[in-house]
Amino acid sequence: MRAVACRDRSVALRRGAGGLLLTLLTALSTLGVVGPAHAATAPCSPDDATACLNVTVTVPGTGPAAGVGLTVAGQGAAPVQVTTDDAGKASVALTAAGDYTVTVDEATLPAGTTLKDPAANPATVTVALGRAAGRIVQVLPPGADGAVEASPTDDTGATATPDDADAAGGEAEAGAEAESSAEASAAPGTNRYAQLLLAGTVFGLLLALASLGANLIYGTTGLSNFAHGELVTLGGMVAFLAVQRAHLPLWLAIILATAAGALLGWFLNRFLFRPLRRRGVGITQQMIVTIGLSLALVSAYLFFFSAQPRPVVSGISQRMQLGPVQISAQSLVSVSIAVAVLALVAFVLARTRTGRATRAVSDNPALAAATGIKVESVISQVWVVSAALASLGGVLLSLYLNTTRFNFGSTLLLLMFAAITLGGLGSPLGAVIGALVIGLVVELSTLVLPNDMRYASALVILILVLLVRPQGILGRAERIG
Amino acid sequence: MDFGQLATNVLTEMLGPTAIAYALAAIGLNIHFGLTGLINMGQAGFMLLGAYGFAISTIQGAPVWLAFLVAVAAAVVFALLLGLPTLKLRGDYLAIVTIAAAEIVRMIGRSTALTEVTGGAEGLTGNSFKATFQDASPFPDDRWTLGPITLATNASNSWWLRIVGWGLVLLACLFVWRLVRSPWGRVLKGIREDEDAVRALGKNVYGYKLQALVLGGIFGALGGVVFVLASSVQADSLGRPVTFNTWTILLLGGAATVLGPVLGSLLFWAALVFVRGFLRGVIPPDTLSVQQIEQIGWVLVGLTLMALIVFRPQGILGDKKELAINAR
Repeated sequence: MRAVACRDRSVALRRGAGGLLLTLLTALSTLGVVGPAHAATAPCSPDDATACLNVTVTVPGTGPAAGVGLTVAGQGAAPVQVTTDDAGKASVALTAAGDYTVTVDEATLPAGTTLKDPAANPATVTVALGRAAGRIVQVLPPGADGAVEASPTDDTGATATPDDADAAGGEAEAGAEAESSAEASAAPGTNRYAQLLLAGTVFGLLLALASLGANLIYGTTGLSNFAHGELVTLGGMVAFLAVQRAHLPLWLAIILATAAGALLGWFLNRFLFRPLRRRGVGITQQMIVTIGLSLALVSAYLFFFSAQPRPVVSGISQRMQLGPVQISAQSLVSVSIAVAVLALVAFVLARTRTGRATRAVSDNPALAAATGIKVESVISQVWVVSAALASLGGVLLSLYLNTTRFNFGSTLLLLMFAAITLGGLGSPLGAVIGALVIGLVVELSTLVLPNDMRYASALVILILVLLVRPQGILGRAERIG
Repeated sequence: MDFGQLATNVLTEMLGPTAIAYALAAIGLNIHFGLTGLINMGQAGFMLLGAYGFAISTIQGAPVWLAFLVAVAAAVVFALLLGLPTLKLRGDYLAIVTIAAAEIVRMIGRSTALTEVTGGAEGLTGNSFKATFQDASPFPDDRWTLGPITLATNASNSWWLRIVGWGLVLLACLFVWRLVRSPWGRVLKGIREDEDAVRALGKNVYGYKLQALVLGGIFGALGGVVFVLASSVQADSLGRPVTFNTWTILLLGGAATVLGPVLGSLLFWAALVFVRGFLRGVIPPDTLSVQQIEQIGWVLVGLTLMALIVFRPQGILGDKKELAINAR
């Protein structure tokens, strides 16, 4: 995207460098006309005494916006008013270096569009003599989110990537923060600390559900699954399709999403990781395979769902007052499901034959195989259960955050890693405790840190844990190298 | 469809600043992974720090040589911070810590709290820090044409940047070539093959790993500087996918080889631009949008990475016997 913009600008430059005559004309026009109104859409060419300020107004995904009025002022010169041409460009020749302000006349924007970033209007652009300075103004149709053309890749630098649940100011983000900070501090009749504690606990429990699977897989196969975040996204996306497209009830959507996760988990193990283990592919290589898988899946999600937020249910559910805190019925149900499922998994692991077999494989696969446990079938079950848990966690988290997005799971991936590392790699109970701690840290850090750094605080915890107690809270020391 | 134009686009991108930046980053990653066996999943963090170091020091008025030094220093400090606690742990811990640290750098960089320094999520525009580098160019301000490619000599995505960039790549390759043959390089390879054996020989394995991490990080930072000199510093443009692409490039060209990262970068960008341009020419725009076609390209990158590591972990130039990937 940026490459295209650059090319456009250089085309404008080349056109400008076209003739000496034009240069002279432009210079004359700036020297001679000392008055506001002149629509200097004539190309401008920088030379020793002239600087060019090129402004491009575009509607991402649609094309340039023509006829938008701009005012350029600064350095004591009279304000210059220009309008963009058919290519959405306007260019102003300036004779003094320094900072200029570019103001977009919002009344002249194409019908039904607004500035993508109203806070950046007027914007300040620094101009140097002999150079061209450029500014790209993006306008959006109403309701569009801030990140229309984002991709998970690097070459879209000019646009905002919605990589975090706190990306720049889209309305979806406000929604994403609803349960946590915005709601917590705004709601009257609540205690801020208690509300944050509650939000952290809820977030932690849901995160525990999503990350438990990654820990089970690590325990039985030693694999750090970097594609686990995409399994979480899968849950959210399947629920979105079920509720919004197929108009199914939410409880059915949750079951469908969990089933879809289980299916993908079985599929991945059967057709990808089991053959890899058979071939004797090392665990590090398998880890890099999961990275490739994650890249492919996240791009595929972006392909099918675009970068728009995909809320599973529209509308925010009603909040109830419980003592000093408020909680939505939806979150309450989510938490109940999470606790019930976590308890079920704990029971299965502790009390049933399957659970004992799983723990045996986790402990020592060779010894487990020697005692007659079918290691491969245990691993297959673990993959199915893990992916199903991740998917279920994805649906519940997307209900909690009020939205999903193509990269919603990969944003949470590192938090999940932080949770299982903190709790102890390979220890299921540890994953739950770790996730609770991470959830609380994420929410409570907003008391002292800016909101958009709250995920970073969890990652700092991760690094500190590795420094002080690399095996985690419940891990065993022999697991580390 | 216009194959001549497509070929020109492929050639431009293949030799462009992005390919140079990735080649430098992959050379750094090659020192980490190919030579020493360290799994650094945060190369984008090094690149981003280099970019911020260069841009912010230039904005503060530093001359261009000092700005480069600041970029390098930022990478050194970051490598020490990462390496000191984690290099004693097993390999996948380093992977998780580096990826987390790179994300922390990115989140702090895009945070609104630091908008005055880093420009927040909008980043720092190219014009605010490119001038010193462009003024260092010996060429007149002009547009030169070489074959099908016409570019400005100095401004932004220019011949000057390409010359400096490929010069850096050449120097880096020469450096790695000497390094591999030096006693120091042999110790690194020994660590990659069998850490305990090297330790038994009385070498300070920890110290060597730390040196390798710092050195590779420096190349990452230089790559970051080249990356942003063609565009702007924006935290999100140097996120996790950049690291993953760098890995793909390294494994494609061949880890533990001198020219592998460079070949990988050339092929990676040529293939990506070709696939996109070709699909765009073949598929009518009302069937798939431009963004969707771009995503197909990235899905292919992910699948390539998976296929490479399973079927040909030594890449194009590598020697399978030399590169046994072990967890460490």
